Amino acid sequence: MAFPQPRPQVPQLPQHLLRTIECQQGAVRAVRFNADGNYVLTCGSDKSLKLWSVSRGTLLKTYTGHGYEVLDVDSSYDNSQLCSCSSDKTVILWDVASGQVTRKLRGHAGKVNCVQFNEEATVMLSGSIDGTVRCWDTRSRRYEPIQILDEARDGISSLKVSEHELLIGSVDGRVRLYDLRMGQLHVDFIGSPITCVCFSRDGQCTLSSSLDSTVRLLDKSSGEMLGEYSGHVNKGYKLDCCLSDKDTHVLSCSEDGHVYFWDLVEGSLTLKLPVGKAVVQSLSFHPTEPRLLTAMEGHVQVWGAEPEDTAKLSSVC
Amino acid sequence: NMASDEDSDEDFVTYGTPLEPLEEDEPIRKPVPVHEQTVKDEKGRYKRFHGAFTGGFSAGYFNTVGSQEGWTPSTFVSSRQQKAERQNARPEDFMDEEDFSEHGIAPREIVTTEDFASERKDQLKDKARAVSSLAALIPGDTGLLEELIAPARSSIGVELLRKMGWKDGQGVGPRLKRRQRKQNTDAVKVHGGALLPSGSEESEDEDDEFAPENVTFAPKDVVPVDFTPKVDSHGLGYRGLNPLQALGGGSESAHINLFTLQSDRTSSLFGDRNSGQKRRGGIAGQAFGVGAMENEDADIYHKDSMSNYDTVLGGEEPGDGLYGWTAPQQYTRKKNDSKRDVVYLGRILDGFTLASQVTEIKTVYPPPDLPRDYRPVHYFRPVVDLSTVSPIVAQALQASRGHLSQDAPQQGRHSLDSSQRRDMLGETPLQGPSSVFELLGSKDRERLNEIPEDRAAVVASAKAAALQTLSSHASKTFKPFQKNPQKQARYDLYINKLKKGDKEALESSLDSSMTEWERGRERDEFVRAAVLYKPSNSSLSSRFTRSKNEDDTDSVEVTRDQENDVDDKQAAVKMKMFGKLTRDTFEWHPEKLLCKRFNVPDPYPGSSTVGMPKIKRDKYSVFNFLTITDSSHVSREGPSASKPPGSSTTLPHLTPEVNKKSRWDKTGKVKVAQSDGKQTEPKTDEEEKEEDEEEVRPPMDLFKAIFASSSDEKSSSSSEEDSEEEEVAPSTSEPIQISAETLNPPVSAQITPAPDISKVPGII
Repeated sequence: MAFPQPRPQVPQLPQHLLRTIECQQGAVRAVRFNADGNYVLTCGSDKSLKLWSVSRGTLLKTYTGHGYEVLDVDSSYDNSQLCSCSSDKTVILWDVASGQVTRKLRGHAGKVNCVQFNEEATVMLSGSIDGTVRCWDTRSRRYEPIQILDEARDGISSLKVSEHELLIGSVDGRVRLYDLRMGQLHVDFIGSPITCVCFSRDGQCTLSSSLDSTVRLLDKSSGEMLGEYSGHVNKGYKLDCCLSDKDTHVLSCSEDGHVYFWDLVEGSLTLKLPVGKAVVQSLSFHPTEPRLLTAMEGHVQVWGAEPEDTAKLSSVC
Repeated sequence: NMASDEDSDEDFVTYGTPLEPLEEDEPIRKPVPVHEQTVKDEKGRYKRFHGAFTGGFSAGYFNTVGSQEGWTPSTFVSSRQQKAERQNARPEDFMDEEDFSEHGIAPREIVTTEDFASERKDQLKDKARAVSSLAALIPGDTGLLEELIAPARSSIGVELLRKMGWKDGQGVGPRLKRRQRKQNTDAVKVHGGALLPSGSEESEDEDDEFAPENVTFAPKDVVPVDFTPKVDSHGLGYRGLNPLQALGGGSESAHINLFTLQSDRTSSLFGDRNSGQKRRGGIAGQAFGVGAMENEDADIYHKDSMSNYDTVLGGEEPGDGLYGWTAPQQYTRKKNDSKRDVVYLGRILDGFTLASQVTEIKTVYPPPDLPRDYRPVHYFRPVVDLSTVSPIVAQALQASRGHLSQDAPQQGRHSLDSSQRRDMLGETPLQGPSSVFELLGSKDRERLNEIPEDRAAVVASAKAAALQTLSSHASKTFKPFQKNPQKQARYDLYINKLKKGDKEALESSLDSSMTEWERGRERDEFVRAAVLYKPSNSSLSSRFTRSKNEDDTDSVEVTRDQENDVDDKQAAVKMKMFGKLTRDTFEWHPEKLLCKRFNVPDPYPGSSTVGMPKIKRDKYSVFNFLTITDSSHVSREGPSASKPPGSSTTLPHLTPEVNKKSRWDKTGKVKVAQSDGKQTEPKTDEEEKEEDEEEVRPPMDLFKAIFASSSDEKSSSSSEEDSEEEEVAPSTSEPIQISAETLNPPVSAQITPAPDISKVPGII
């Protein structure tokens, strides 16, 4: 008496504005969902890091301790810790509940662009403009990094961590994939300074956006290009790109105030979401639901697949 | 008190935790009244020191199970199939923990089981038995019936002994010859004093003579001295009335003697053989007088005579009385040993005997023969530290030493100086003077010695010396600024002017177009160079040799695997042929700890390298620094290649060279000629250094971030924006600054001045 499988639905895109959060922390440098997607973290240019509730849009906590603007943040899988990096060349490990600085790590010679936990939050990886990625141990009390990856010839703009791989995009126009299990380093030449890299959710592909206003989907194992997405404007800013929750679409910020949605397979532009007049600096896609965060200037917008009222209804139902 | 103690804390050793210091304002804490000082047990109840049984009704009612209902009765279970088991309720079932505890009615403790218990009966039990026996049907019956019925139990020790061949009544130990045994009994007699030798014993003694030599006997049963502590409150030696004996039930002793010197302990020690005496029942003793059952009253009053006691301390011993049990072996078999002693001619001391084994004789080796000309005199050489003494003196010393003795002790490699080593190796001496001091005139040397502290004077003298040497030798072989022709030219000019005696030599030879700071620096350098590098008599230069090619020794560690040609990749990207053409795969060694943290096995378990395998390369090899932008530079000139994306419209100033290296690149020494054409003058090292120093200074924003207070920021944020704008604008024109900011113009340069963001202060 098995019911037939429901027909695969047309993936819904987060195109309805649900909420606008005025962060009041200067320009928002980065916006990130936490591990389960219930909370939002915003990095402000006023040295503060803020934690918000997505559903209510209320400020939950402010983390202060950086000496200069905060550039990136990541939350641990269990939401107990945060790591953030800043222009003050430091990486800070935070205790979420107390808001206290657990560890402040110095060592980078320049501002730190990106930071990530590994899966078990035992290692923090930070990429800096000094061209190095430093692997910090969160378990030990050592203040020196476990390892410094200094293969990049220019600043690190973006990095992502998977189970056993580090994906690092650098301004030298290369995407480096460090495979810890195999002990290999794959260098993919893109040619243009990389602004953002990310893994696909199935872990088979890598996405990289570069300053030639192109987003490229590469096969992780061979380095072959599977898709190329263009149309947006990305010439000078460090803009984010990402994949949708079910790997159906490729998203990228744009300097023309839109977020571009491309169909992953066809490569065609599906949606050009108007966000505002200024540059869309950062975006983050919900890990499981069609929900999107965009950061522009001093505010963050939450986008959902359904309009606000119906979304509310559905949440009530 | 505390305060006074603290003053002299160092003098005392402190134990324990100090009391909390008394606060003056603190109200004195009230002591806890006694009724509030409660003790709770593990269950949180008030601790009680009795159980349900010992505590009376209320204890049982309130405390046993903590409820009015009391303990839950065992539920009644009965059915056809399963009859309720009959339960034998023991008193322990109704007791609770407190009853079993140390102070309870039935304390639980570890006791030896009956099997392992000794034969000595438990005193408590004995007493209980005795008490019960008094009330028993047959007076004096202490479980006679029981003993009859119950199987005889012997302790495990006895059983073990039996298995080993021991029989009741025998002593424990190796079997003895008749003689020895006799001796022992003698000893016993002496020690024991007035022991009554039993008849049987005596008869045995009489049998002595008939005992054959080869028959051995078991040793006498000797009970070890047992020091039973006195636990009762009776007088010394009073045993109290033992109903066992009094009523004739006991088997051990029939005679009751309430006061006796010979306590049961001593009697047992010497083999209590009273069985031969007449057994008497009934109660006898001083306390009771002569009982009806007593036949005779002869010894009801105990008589003690002095002959029972030893009058001499120590007394006589068997043998010669010198040694007891521990007599030396030889003592006991003296007669046999005397045979051997005969062999030895000398007199043997009393108590000594000849060794049975001959000790080994140590072989003594003769001392070595001395050489003929050996003089037993040691000459102590004066110890001179060669490093402190001038080489001439050192050499003289060395020479004199050579005269003194041919076989001068070889000094360590490090204690030799270069000339010594050279002599040893047979090398030809270097040209030129051996010391810097020799370059100076004797006058200068004196002056130097006189006033070494006065630096100015030293410099002046050195300058004069330099001038002298310059005028005398006009050699121009030495060029300290050879790398920088213009600077060298300036330096040469300065030297020439100096030689001519120009007072303004330094100032006039410097480049007036340079900044004040640069000029000051160069001035110092020139003076130093003129003093140090005297281009005079090639004296110093003779001591150095030119490297084969410049900066040859400088090598840098570079990664072993190098990327493929970037041009090819660029072309591949152009053709969108990603894959093999654009991918390079290298060997990379992750740190072991990183693997551990990632739960990944170490891919190279044996290797100790971390990161990319490195090899040594020439520092200035072009191949080390081949980067994408190099290629872009090339491709720009090439007709087919397009403009590199890095230097796109947003950053028009960016030259490829600048783009190539970020500010953080440490090896920024490879200079490529600027394409601008503005800087016709090649940069000097100093200029480069200066530039570096300028770079090091952080942007103004950082200072602001640190020093400006947050409130200040808020109030004057708009003005700050302006100032930021001003700062950002010139910084963009500076190429190096930009190279660092390539990716982050939005952060500082572009977002901030944007008109929209100017609203932000208003929001804040």
